[in-house]
Amino acid sequence: MNKDILVIGGGIAGIQSSLDLAEMGYKVYMVERLPSIGGKMAQLDKTFPTNDCAI
Amino acid sequence: MSEKIDGNEQKSEETRIGVFICDCGSNIAGHLDCKAVTEYAANLPGVVYAKENLYTCSESGIGEIQDAIKTHKLSRVVVASCSPRTHQPLFQSSCGHAGMNPYLFEMVNIRDQCSWVHMEERDMATLKAKDLVRMGVAKARSLEPQQDMESPLTHRVLVIGGGVAGLSATEALADMGLDVVIVEKEQAFGGILKGLHRIGPEGKKAAECLSELIQKATTKSNVTVYHGSEVEAVGGYIGNYDITIRSAEEEAVQEKVGCIVVATGAVPFQPDGLFCYDGEGVITQMELEAQLLSGQTIPKRVVMIQCVGARFPEREYCSRICCMIAVKNALFIKRQDPDVEIEILYRDMQMYGTEKERMLNDARGSGIRFDVYDPDQPPEVVDGLVRFYQPLMGQTRELPCDLVVLSTPLVAREDTVRLSQLMRIPVDKNQFFLEAHAKLRPLDFATDGIFVCGSARYPATVVEAQSQGLGVASRVATILFKDKLITSALVAEIDPETCVGCLGCLDMCPYGAIDYIPEKAICRVNTILCKGCGCCAATCPSESASLRGFKPQQLLAQIRAV
Repeated sequence: MNKDILVIGGGIAGIQSSLDLAEMGYKVYMVERLPSIGGKMAQLDKTFPTNDCAI
Repeated sequence: MSEKIDGNEQKSEETRIGVFICDCGSNIAGHLDCKAVTEYAANLPGVVYAKENLYTCSESGIGEIQDAIKTHKLSRVVVASCSPRTHQPLFQSSCGHAGMNPYLFEMVNIRDQCSWVHMEERDMATLKAKDLVRMGVAKARSLEPQQDMESPLTHRVLVIGGGVAGLSATEALADMGLDVVIVEKEQAFGGILKGLHRIGPEGKKAAECLSELIQKATTKSNVTVYHGSEVEAVGGYIGNYDITIRSAEEEAVQEKVGCIVVATGAVPFQPDGLFCYDGEGVITQMELEAQLLSGQTIPKRVVMIQCVGARFPEREYCSRICCMIAVKNALFIKRQDPDVEIEILYRDMQMYGTEKERMLNDARGSGIRFDVYDPDQPPEVVDGLVRFYQPLMGQTRELPCDLVVLSTPLVAREDTVRLSQLMRIPVDKNQFFLEAHAKLRPLDFATDGIFVCGSARYPATVVEAQSQGLGVASRVATILFKDKLITSALVAEIDPETCVGCLGCLDMCPYGAIDYIPEKAICRVNTILCKGCGCCAATCPSESASLRGFKPQQLLAQIRAV
């Protein structure tokens, strides 16, 4: 069985799954339609409730 | 700020420092003269190579660092760019891949500290960048190589709580091949789900869902089950927790685990003294569930009141799931017997998501009435009727009824505080467990190796508790799928020769990482728990405690370069 993993989408969900899977030791391919990853969150300024910079 | 440079250099002939100045596009180069800073850096003592990059963190920037390490035999690298919080790990590991000890990397933040804060003062920003680079180079010269620390991992997980969240986590962890120990306080698994009738929105029987979950989670050979038991003591740290589990009948049992999942859930609030609650004519949604479960006939006129004991100064939060529960139960009753009149008195309906919004529409369409009440003039329950002020019409209405159902929030369990002290994990002001970061680490605790899921954190629906249980399993796997625990070498150490055991550091350590050794009357750092904050080093009166990578001589070298 090929154990590599494809993650479609590079928003929060895609990035977090990729990170956790990679941390578990799997080879992950993340595919994002747009030139940059981050999805909607990359377009936000601050995030509630901590007011951390979204990017 | 003087240009004087610390002349006390013993290892300068063997120290070969490379300095990389990042333009960050125009983010840095737009506000200070990166070329001048690079030329300046090239002439600092110990520096054999200096290079300006358009983006040091880009693939080509990293490549330039790695090439330079090889071609110029660099023994240390300084990058002057953005915040170490985001990019230090990347630069450090890249240096490591090129054969340099990653702990000989030093980062200087000329973006936040120069180009951002001195945007209109190009000359001064450039001067400050030179100062900071000079300080970074001075520190780099005195850095010492370190090795990451390895420690053993117990590939076994403790799950506290056998409700939906705990069972889901257990099933997923066991399927991943990890040994799981699940501890449930009560004799039976299921938590709140045990007392529920059906689950929204599709109306599946709760008992069916539950038996399926219990079956899948607890019958696996790698799952050890403790019924009617509680966690009594927790010792150790990530990878090596020592757990004491006690049940009413038997002797305490010891278990060794690598990670802990807190899935202790929450309990429905009992509205004693509110709205004439008596458990007969005025009941809670949980009691209604029990009546539905037993097949009891529901009387013809029902009034449900939302937000009972919630969203008022003493308990400010919205329990979020009660609107859905009320609508679900109302819909079920109405479908069983369309003649039953149901009126739901609410403040705001929280029916988020596509399916729940559809449930609300269905409920309105099926003849269930919804009326807003004013929290300043809450409904009154009087013998056989509910009187309430209707703000929209500006009049008081009286609803004759046979049954009043109060929707109460989920509240934290009484033993939450005990557990939080046991594991040194925080709770919020409502005594729900508090995760490490609301956005970035929703299932982790700040303490490594301990995770939270389900209503122990915040009231959750069955689906949410389940997804969080599965999420936690992934989080645990990121640690326990490895053979060993690898931690940063940048931790504190205490010199046993000079330590007098004054305990100053022990009180100061926010991570409980310092132990007192009574036989030797000294303090010792637990390097796995240590996060390298340096509080102990700053406190120690005899300078016995120091932080690797930030030793006094290294910091002084940096400061003297100012």
